[in-house]
Amino acid sequence: RNEQIPLQHDGSSRLNPAPGCKAPRWFHWPPADGTGAGWEQVCRFQDPKPADLSMEEESDTRKINNSFLRDHNYATEADIISTVEFNSTGELLATGDKGGRVVVFQREQESKTQPHRRGEYNVYSTFQSHEPEFDYLKSLEIEEKINKIKWLPQQNAAYFLLSTNDKTVKLWKISERDKRPEGYNLKDEDGRIRDPSTITSLRVPVLQPMDLMVEATARRIFSNAHTYHINSISVNSDLQTFISTDDLRVNLWNLEITDRSFNIVDIKPANMEELTEVITSAEFHPQQCHTFAYSSSKGSIRLCDMRLAALCDKHCKYFEEPEDPATRSFFSEIISSISDVKFSHNGRYLMTRDYLTVKVWDLQMENKPVETYQVHDYLRGKLCSLYENDCIFDKFECVWNGSDSVIMTGSYNNFFRMFDRNTKRDVTLEASRENSKPRAILKPRKVCVGGKRRKDEISVDSLDFSKKILHTTWHPYENIIAVAATNNLYIFQDKVN
Amino acid sequence: MAGADGDDSLYPIAVLIDELRNEDVQNDTETQLYSLKMYSIIHIFYNTIYDEDEVLLALAEQLGNFTMLVGGPEYVHCLLPPLESLATVEETVVRDKAVESLRKISQEHSPVDLEVHFEPLVKRLASGDWFTSRTSACGLFSVCYPRVSSTVKAEIRQHFRTLCSDDTPMVRRAAASKLGEFAKVLEPEYVKSDIISLFTALASDEQDSVRLLAVEACVSIATLLPQEDLETLVMPTLRQAAEDKSWRVRYMVADKFSELQKAVGSEITKNDLVPAFQNLLKDCEAEVRAAAANKVKEFCENLPEDNREQIIMTHILPCVKELVSDTNQHVKSALASVIMGLSTILGKDNTIEHLLPLFLAQLKDECPEVRLNIISNLDCVNEVIGIRQLSQSLLPAIVELAEDAKWRVRLAIIEYMPLLAGQLGVEFFDEKLNTLCMAWLIDHVYAIREAATCNLMKLVEKFGAEWAQNTIVPKVLGMANDPNYLHRMTTLFCINALSEACGQEITTKQMLPVVLKMSNDQVANVRFNVAKSLQKIGPVLDSNALQTEVKPVLEKLATDSDMDVKYFAQEAITLQS
Repeated sequence: RNEQIPLQHDGSSRLNPAPGCKAPRWFHWPPADGTGAGWEQVCRFQDPKPADLSMEEESDTRKINNSFLRDHNYATEADIISTVEFNSTGELLATGDKGGRVVVFQREQESKTQPHRRGEYNVYSTFQSHEPEFDYLKSLEIEEKINKIKWLPQQNAAYFLLSTNDKTVKLWKISERDKRPEGYNLKDEDGRIRDPSTITSLRVPVLQPMDLMVEATARRIFSNAHTYHINSISVNSDLQTFISTDDLRVNLWNLEITDRSFNIVDIKPANMEELTEVITSAEFHPQQCHTFAYSSSKGSIRLCDMRLAALCDKHCKYFEEPEDPATRSFFSEIISSISDVKFSHNGRYLMTRDYLTVKVWDLQMENKPVETYQVHDYLRGKLCSLYENDCIFDKFECVWNGSDSVIMTGSYNNFFRMFDRNTKRDVTLEASRENSKPRAILKPRKVCVGGKRRKDEISVDSLDFSKKILHTTWHPYENIIAVAATNNLYIFQDKVN
Repeated sequence: MAGADGDDSLYPIAVLIDELRNEDVQNDTETQLYSLKMYSIIHIFYNTIYDEDEVLLALAEQLGNFTMLVGGPEYVHCLLPPLESLATVEETVVRDKAVESLRKISQEHSPVDLEVHFEPLVKRLASGDWFTSRTSACGLFSVCYPRVSSTVKAEIRQHFRTLCSDDTPMVRRAAASKLGEFAKVLEPEYVKSDIISLFTALASDEQDSVRLLAVEACVSIATLLPQEDLETLVMPTLRQAAEDKSWRVRYMVADKFSELQKAVGSEITKNDLVPAFQNLLKDCEAEVRAAAANKVKEFCENLPEDNREQIIMTHILPCVKELVSDTNQHVKSALASVIMGLSTILGKDNTIEHLLPLFLAQLKDECPEVRLNIISNLDCVNEVIGIRQLSQSLLPAIVELAEDAKWRVRLAIIEYMPLLAGQLGVEFFDEKLNTLCMAWLIDHVYAIREAATCNLMKLVEKFGAEWAQNTIVPKVLGMANDPNYLHRMTTLFCINALSEACGQEITTKQMLPVVLKMSNDQVANVRFNVAKSLQKIGPVLDSNALQTEVKPVLEKLATDSDMDVKYFAQEAITLQS
């Protein structure tokens, strides 16, 4: 295994695509010539939320009190980030947390005088997307935790996103307001009610400019369609429908209709004792509106064509790698469960993440993946203890970069991994507060197995399994990534000389 | 309020204006709109875009009726800016309403105003940055096209062409859904030169949601073209759509089949549509088969008369026979809802020979919906072959449905009882079905008991008071002594329903004594229903009975220990006095 890999890029990456440019300029990572400096941190947000509480009014005392309690090592459960997602232009970045909040970050406008600020994001809007609920019929608590956020392609001046907890998907509109009506008849300037007898003339309220306000409003609530927990949502390229997926079913919704959804996949056996596998994730093809894929806990992926039948219980492609009998163990089935499936941007490949590896599948080849990357193979010997502390059930996500040439996924000890598909080079980076000075260049990390530990290597036994990076996202066409580490959100970009 | 100096008259208007702009919008849309109507000052609603959807929706609708309020047709163009804004919001219903209003007021523009004010708006929308405005533009081309100069017409055609190949599927869908309408206002030469190519392109769009809308356009386009051009210009696309890879497109073809059939004419129907229809009836997707099955009767009806029977017998009937034993119950029930209609088309002999076995098979289907659909359409068959042919199989089917475990099924069959009784005649009914009707009265589901009560009333209306007196009334009144108070209440409900149909004599002589006796019931629910019944049957009784028999009982009930009994008794007393 190679040691320190310089992570570089060429200067051309500074080129931003012109607004509305449909074919963004791709650039390779890491470039071959080795002129760049590596990944630098541009921002870090701890408990990314009410940075400007003013919008939330004083009424929410709970949050304010919380903020006093927070020291640097203490995070309440509710602050743990549960999903991160860039929108289709990369202009906005959304995070959701276990407390049901969504925080949207907006990218700083690029300024000529401070070109280094190009990757900086600031809080744009914060809102409570889901509240804890109680299902009285089943005596079950429904957590407010945001399981997934998906942005809709921008359709007008406002932004739209779908957020989901275990049961309910909501469509949020995030819009700006910079005018407000003034000059009421019944109220005076301070908002006090005027004595009706003093109203002697009529005036028409007018809209006056005011400070920019960002508001989030729930436009649609898609509920009551899932018996099990929703693990993923995906918007169709026809921009008319989306799917929501729980452990056993996939439902198809029209974005405009909330009282009806169509069940298109149902793997629930008549007798629940015969249940052998569950759906872990599902996604629509980025271009073909009729194709979607779903992954299972048995390590397989099924591709369905909605043109063939109204019910997609029968798949049209089935991707599975035969198990190697040599490595079979008690944990084989658990570690082969797929935690995330993602189509590449060009729609040719599927990427899946299981516990130890990331695999890339060619849609034309069903019997084995075209590429397999070891994420943290050094854990293979520690599966027993990972089983005991439940870590083996962690669900890591995986992402493609804009040009599908690099893939990224998380690991333990706040490490995350990148694999260059062309050069086959890989790197381990750490998202940590210790080196969290802005503009600090991330040092590649290395985990050593066995006795001799070189300087700046970390022993497998000293890895902190409570610090895990499950959720990451990559800017749609630039080398900017966002990494969620427990209650911290890190944004990194490749260093510009 | 102080003073009569006219100030107080301003107050309600002040409330209305403030409400209109109130930030916490209540659902008091009506009030807001009323105020709007009074204060149609353009610049208020010019900036309304921030408001709630319901307000915007109502606003978009109302602005279409504003012509007179802004000073008549010559000023109507000042409504365009607010409607233009509304036509770009993200909420589809609001946009659609705004477009509808724009279409409406376009008619009120003079030709000059149309070119000066309206047409530029359409162009702006058509070249807007966001898809929302471009989708709205699609619905406006057809209303302004006929009334503008030929240069502007050329521009409009160009805009429409551009939108048909828009990047976003939403705009292409909007264009596809308006294609037929636009084709109708175009000059015939442009239909051929422009529309056909757009139609072909949309019908082979990569998104099936666009392709299926092209099928709809196919109907209007086919009606516009001369018969000789259909074969070359429309049929290739239609054939392709009928065999599309996506079931949704084929579904759309099946769903629009009757319209398509009328649009393309009898010759093409014979050569092309018959085989296409056969394929749809045999489609691998149940949704498509069900949609096609729904069209069987209409399709057969519209076949050219000269060889209709031959086409049905050789091409359609074999497929129909297969569908009778389809694996999907929706397909079977779709077929069952129309199959009886074939008997009028095929005549007595064919019905007996070919259709009757199918009816009988469907009457024995495992799915109750199929059986219900057959039974609900019995009247078609009755006209052709008489119902006796079926009665042997009909009876077991009815009995089974009447005792189905699902109460909704029982409810459905009850609703067909009056119809069946009419078809089968009073003797058959008395002999076979009367017991069923009475059994429903003691069903354990209230909805069934209620429907059964209503059913009795309809039967009495059909068979007359004498029949009621002999067959129904004794049984109903017998239930008044039932140990179950729910059944005793059913007696009261039946009396409520039947009194009018039975007339004064039966009501006074037979029913009233029973009701009065029940006023001593130990269950309060029964007692207050007695009060309600007395109120209900009051108008049927003569005044003597009211005074001497009803009134004392009501007065007694009005002093009942139970609050509800008292209440209803008092209500009855006040109403009768």
